[in-house]
Amino acid sequence: MKAGAYTDGASARVPAQGDAGRAPRPLLSARELTLTWDGVHGCRDVGFDLYPGEVLCVVGESGSGKSTLLQALSWQARPQSGRILYDMRGRGPVDLADLDDAQRRLLARTDWGYVHQHARDGLRMQVSAGANIAERLMALGGRHYGQLRGAATHWLQRMEIDPIRLDDAPRSFSGGMQQRLQIARNLVTAPRLVFMDEPTASLDVSVQARLLDLLRGLVADLGLAAVVVTHDLAVARLLAHRTLVMRGGRVVESGLTDQILDDPQHAYTQLLVSSILR
Amino acid sequence: MAVLKQMIRVRGLEKTFVLHNQGGVRLPVLRAVDFDAAAGECLALAGPSGTGKSTLLRCLYGNYLATAGSIRIRDAGAAGPGAAGDAGAGRVDGDGSSNDGHGDGQWIELHGASEQRILQLRRDTIGYVSQFLHAVPRVGALDVVAEPLRARGVEAGPARERAAALLARLNLPARLFDLPPATFSGGEQQRVNIARGLIGGHPVLLLDEPTASLDARNRDVVVELLCEAVAGGRCLVGIFHDEAVRDAVATRVLALEPAAAAAEPALQD
Repeated sequence: MKAGAYTDGASARVPAQGDAGRAPRPLLSARELTLTWDGVHGCRDVGFDLYPGEVLCVVGESGSGKSTLLQALSWQARPQSGRILYDMRGRGPVDLADLDDAQRRLLARTDWGYVHQHARDGLRMQVSAGANIAERLMALGGRHYGQLRGAATHWLQRMEIDPIRLDDAPRSFSGGMQQRLQIARNLVTAPRLVFMDEPTASLDVSVQARLLDLLRGLVADLGLAAVVVTHDLAVARLLAHRTLVMRGGRVVESGLTDQILDDPQHAYTQLLVSSILR
Repeated sequence: MAVLKQMIRVRGLEKTFVLHNQGGVRLPVLRAVDFDAAAGECLALAGPSGTGKSTLLRCLYGNYLATAGSIRIRDAGAAGPGAAGDAGAGRVDGDGSSNDGHGDGQWIELHGASEQRILQLRRDTIGYVSQFLHAVPRVGALDVVAEPLRARGVEAGPARERAAALLARLNLPARLFDLPPATFSGGEQQRVNIARGLIGGHPVLLLDEPTASLDARNRDVVVELLCEAVAGGRCLVGIFHDEAVRDAVATRVLALEPAAAAAEPALQD
């Protein structure tokens, strides 16, 4: 496999850290994180640090535990053991277990985003696109109609959706547009961390490329950190600085994305990489 | 004569591939590789096919993991006293080699360095021109080339201007500047690739057959650019199959031997 100048495409966009005089600290740290549904299936003993502006892909096939990991990290399902530390604005690293539900909800709808595989799970399909985008702002007390509409218009444009669709309900949108709308809805509060569960998997291939490219630009321009679950190594290649490979609920290999794809060490990763269609 | 500023120091480098899904077969590619390279040098890797020239370049870039040995790169960025941080796992400390009188920049051990450290080295210190451009959909040639500058904080305007100047020098027609390189010819893509590798001014530049798909005129431009880079004090390590190119740019040749052959004397003892 060739490691083109661009296989390390993500590397050119090094997160804004490591500059002289600034010692970065992780935005999110997981330690020995375990969440199993039946004592068997799920994720076990997962640990990693995610730095500000970094994109981390979690790859593995169905049943590898990668979606469970995402749910545990975002506290949608409470981990059974292990810790998750998050560097809260103005407060510093906090163990999520030490926050109460209201604090975690606030975190989840301001400083975090969560993009579901199926846009219908992350959107309100009956209300307008504009209202979908403005919802988080309204939950934070935004009431000024013009400002909310302005923000919604801005984000539609940013996501390459014609603002003329502002008052249309997302059920009239194409799949790719719905997914872009879901992302806009998450980014309107300027989160620092976005969780994405197979963000391109339910889209046509041609639509995938566009969304990936849009995501690539967004994470670079906004300095977003992201944990992206995908079964598609090409998604990791394009988006992620770093990659975790999961199998049977455990991380079997982690490293720079281009290194994982060009010089996989673990038997399972070698199998995954050699199975890419070209 | 001024002391050359060493930029790369490789000792006992070994790279063996283990193919787990093919019965665990082990392919030794690099063995006992030692060399230094300094600023203002262009080291040409030589040796027949299969001696691990590309593998060596990829190890130097952190794209391949070394199996054993040491790869140290003098870091151009983050040289400030406060730069040591959580992400500095690869920093060489305590053995004196981080302050050996060659001036600014710290030696970073690549083998075992944190991912963040390698990314930072790639942003600030090590550039890499691969054999082929791996195009990304929807990003125009100018932005592809400008990206390493943008990553270092240069504004879009000036970064694009410098990219345009470099592409013009490489004779890429201006009408192509805003188009994604995926549709370009091999030679055009390679010129975009070279421009992208050169533009950042990385003190260490790794080149894998940079002129392979170029015609004579463009090859001459690339030779000129590489000679300027060396004269400007950058440290180049490259694979140049074209002898004329090698003669024109290389200041030194590093001959690699097949790892299997290198292992033979030990077996004969």
